[in-house]
Amino acid sequence: MLPLIQREVVERGWLTKEEFIDIFSVAQSLPGIFAVNISIFVGYRIRRVGGALVCALGSILPSFLIILAIALFFTHIEDNPIVERIFKGLRPAVVALIAVPCLTTAKSIKLNHKTIIIPIAAALLIWLLHISPVWIVLTSIVGGIWYGLVYKRRKHL
Amino acid sequence: MIWLQLLYVYFKIGLFGFGGGYAMLSLIQNDVVYRYHWISLREFTDIVAISQMTPGPIGINSATYIGYTSIHNAGYSPEMSILGSSLATIAVCLPSFILVLAISAAFAKFRHNRYVDAAFYGLRPATVGLIAAAALLLMNKENFIDLKSLVIFIVSFLLVWKFRVHPILMIFLAGVMGFVLYS
Repeated sequence: MLPLIQREVVERGWLTKEEFIDIFSVAQSLPGIFAVNISIFVGYRIRRVGGALVCALGSILPSFLIILAIALFFTHIEDNPIVERIFKGLRPAVVALIAVPCLTTAKSIKLNHKTIIIPIAAALLIWLLHISPVWIVLTSIVGGIWYGLVYKRRKHL
Repeated sequence: MIWLQLLYVYFKIGLFGFGGGYAMLSLIQNDVVYRYHWISLREFTDIVAISQMTPGPIGINSATYIGYTSIHNAGYSPEMSILGSSLATIAVCLPSFILVLAISAAFAKFRHNRYVDAAFYGLRPATVGLIAAAALLLMNKENFIDLKSLVIFIVSFLLVWKFRVHPILMIFLAGVMGFVLYS
């Protein structure tokens, strides 16, 4: 999706390429929906709060309308025998479609024998003990800051 | 009451949803399925499947769908349900809006902030755990009804993992498998 956004935003002369890359890297470190974050950033740069509102609306509206149509329609067809058969096939595949990015992300961030404990503990706490993922996120932020700013620095001294 | 809950839950998802759509799944699941029982795990899986077929992000898609369904199931009219759908969608984007506006005002300071950089030492590995939890939570009897489900899972996993089959193509193939195997 990135080249798509970049082409539109840069070629229209709304932002320079450098500005866009800056915004992109900050938008990645924010919570929430990435496409929405970046559109609010771009909108704010061009026309302040009004621009941010319009751009947010623009990025939300297509998905909103598609899913609303499905929500209105799907409740009527979900009991259809053919739809039921298709969805019985889709459900296990959806689990596979989540499991694969989990493994590819694990590979790309190069977990070692120590750091691999973090995702395993997080997954087990949520899965078996139903701990809210909010606590996992908060703990990992605090842990990361402690590791990066206290532990690493102490080791260097 | 349900209106406030919807606003609260989706605001929270928007605020703590680090690491992209897949990592956001366990956050959404935890509240809408287990805590408030707005939809069943099977329905939730169906929404994820629909999200894979449509271009939009799962964060928006789930908010729109669950906003509608939860209000509808609470006995309100379709018009009110559309309002619920709008409320949840706005709620999930609200934290982004507040954060981006706050950061834009002090952009240079935030760009190479050492606290933000350090937080990701913890957030990056945790994200993997959040995605794993989402997958594990979906591995239950509602989604895996028999041996055929397991076969579909293994085939899908290998196709996506080894042969890099695109998710949309995979959804299509899985639909065909379901149609044929459950005839």
